[in-house]
Amino acid sequence: MRNTFAKTFLEAAQKDARLCVVVADISPAGAMDQFRKEFPERFINTGVAEQIMIGMCAGMSMRGLKPFAYTIATFALYRPFEFIRDDLCYQDLPVTVVGIGGGVTYSTLGGTHHAMEDVAIASAIPNMRVIAPCDPEETRAATQWCVAQEEGPVYLRLGKAGEPLITQNAKPFAFGKVRLLREGRDVCILGYGPVLKLGMDAAVALEKRGISVAVASVHTLKPLDREGIVPLLASFPKVVVMEEMVPHGGLGNTVKALAWESGARCRIDCLSLQDEFIHSYGNHDEILRAHGISFDRVVQLVSA
Amino acid sequence: MRPDEKRVSERFDVAAARRRCMQYRRRILDISQKVTALHAAPAFSCVEITDVIYRGLMRPAPDGKGFSDAFLMSKGHGCMTQYAVLEALGILASEELDRYCTPQGILGAHPDRGNPGIEASTGSLGHGMGIAVGMAHAEKILRSGKRIFAVLSDGELQEGSSWEGAMMAANLHLDNLLAFVDLNDIGGLEKMSQSHTAFYPLREKFESFGWESAEVNGHDCAAMHQAVNARRGGRPYALLCKTVKGRGVEFMEHVPIWHYRSPSKEEYAAAIRDLREVSA
Repeated sequence: MRNTFAKTFLEAAQKDARLCVVVADISPAGAMDQFRKEFPERFINTGVAEQIMIGMCAGMSMRGLKPFAYTIATFALYRPFEFIRDDLCYQDLPVTVVGIGGGVTYSTLGGTHHAMEDVAIASAIPNMRVIAPCDPEETRAATQWCVAQEEGPVYLRLGKAGEPLITQNAKPFAFGKVRLLREGRDVCILGYGPVLKLGMDAAVALEKRGISVAVASVHTLKPLDREGIVPLLASFPKVVVMEEMVPHGGLGNTVKALAWESGARCRIDCLSLQDEFIHSYGNHDEILRAHGISFDRVVQLVSA
Repeated sequence: MRPDEKRVSERFDVAAARRRCMQYRRRILDISQKVTALHAAPAFSCVEITDVIYRGLMRPAPDGKGFSDAFLMSKGHGCMTQYAVLEALGILASEELDRYCTPQGILGAHPDRGNPGIEASTGSLGHGMGIAVGMAHAEKILRSGKRIFAVLSDGELQEGSSWEGAMMAANLHLDNLLAFVDLNDIGGLEKMSQSHTAFYPLREKFESFGWESAEVNGHDCAAMHQAVNARRGGRPYALLCKTVKGRGVEFMEHVPIWHYRSPSKEEYAAAIRDLREVSA
């Protein structure tokens, strides 16, 4: 996802001279290095200093440029939070804050590097839009939308690198619209981010057991596609929401509220990170499992 | 007129500036009678600073409307002064100042981006330096030659973010950034010169961060004008302006309560009687 973002951004920046990147001491991967070589003035490294990363983006945006702030999600969003709120959101500036390693992607680096609450925090700020694509192709489409938009601030939550493709058979990405990745009849999985891969794997496995599972990417968390989600809640007897985020302020609670408001009768089960700092280390899958998110758990919830 | 005033008088009429500054203070006192909170004293400390920037240093736009350079009131609680200056320049309608802090109006006790002449929404301290650095770098990328003038408080230089910005300004060689620091010494709680002695010396701090810096009397328009025009250039520039909080109304000077308080009817009458042209 990181490399796809960089490649997509570079292609856009070659056509639009207003696009700039402000990073806080993160090594420019792949095409970002190329961008830096081609447009040295438009690539700014503030060093380990995230408040000025956001402040500069605001000032550059006020003078007509289109800056992207880019670093590890915890440092992109939490450290300069009030700058994002006051400088970007309060003033409604078209700046994209890119958070790399959303969720517990940086699984061996400990809680300081786990963006477990980022979607809830970003979504709480007025004017902020929140996008969390699930695979490299969806990242490409989301990035293309971000570089083109001029309306206001965006938090773009990405994973790291090497995520598999899961959107091959889906209709094109549309900002603010739920995207059906896989058709099904019995159960509908709603989710966002790379963790949705577990949902796709479970759907394939359960098909062999005669359970037909649909999977949808809710890549745009804010504004949420209420019109797109309500019919799913009405037409499926069972819905499973999965997200690599803490339960508070997440998609799960919002979907349950939507079901109540719309009078849906479906059963809703939610799978999320725990409301807990788990002091455990391992690969990404292992930390997710420590939080209770695994292929087996998804299969169990969907087939229960 | 002092000799140094004479030297700059061809380009900047100091006597006229003094008259304007008294009028701004008078206007602010008048508005203070309509609202409960106004930040009169922190507005009064930066009256001369704001006037000399708008009237003596910012270059007008080629089409004659407004300026090609930009002004950023980083110490948002000083915005009454900016409003009064913008009103005198015809950028901000007088009716808007009359509707200050009312539901019918657009002006609040901190500046809002989108209002006439206002570049950024400030009020939370320590944000202006970063925004100004971004603006100045953008103008470099755009090859516009435009300059960014920012007015900061001494208090907000206690925020680490101000120094993140100061460091980046020098790293990016932003010689088009001019920061005026209103050194009125009075924080929300106490005098910084007594409570936070390590804050000083400030000029050396800016210089060690790669800035050019000078210290002047912040109520002396001639000295500020001259200092800016005498700068060597090639780096961001910090003009450290020593001021008096509440300057212009004797009973408000140096008294912390006037940070927020609006004068009562009797105090207003006394202030108007007391109001005088400030000379450096």
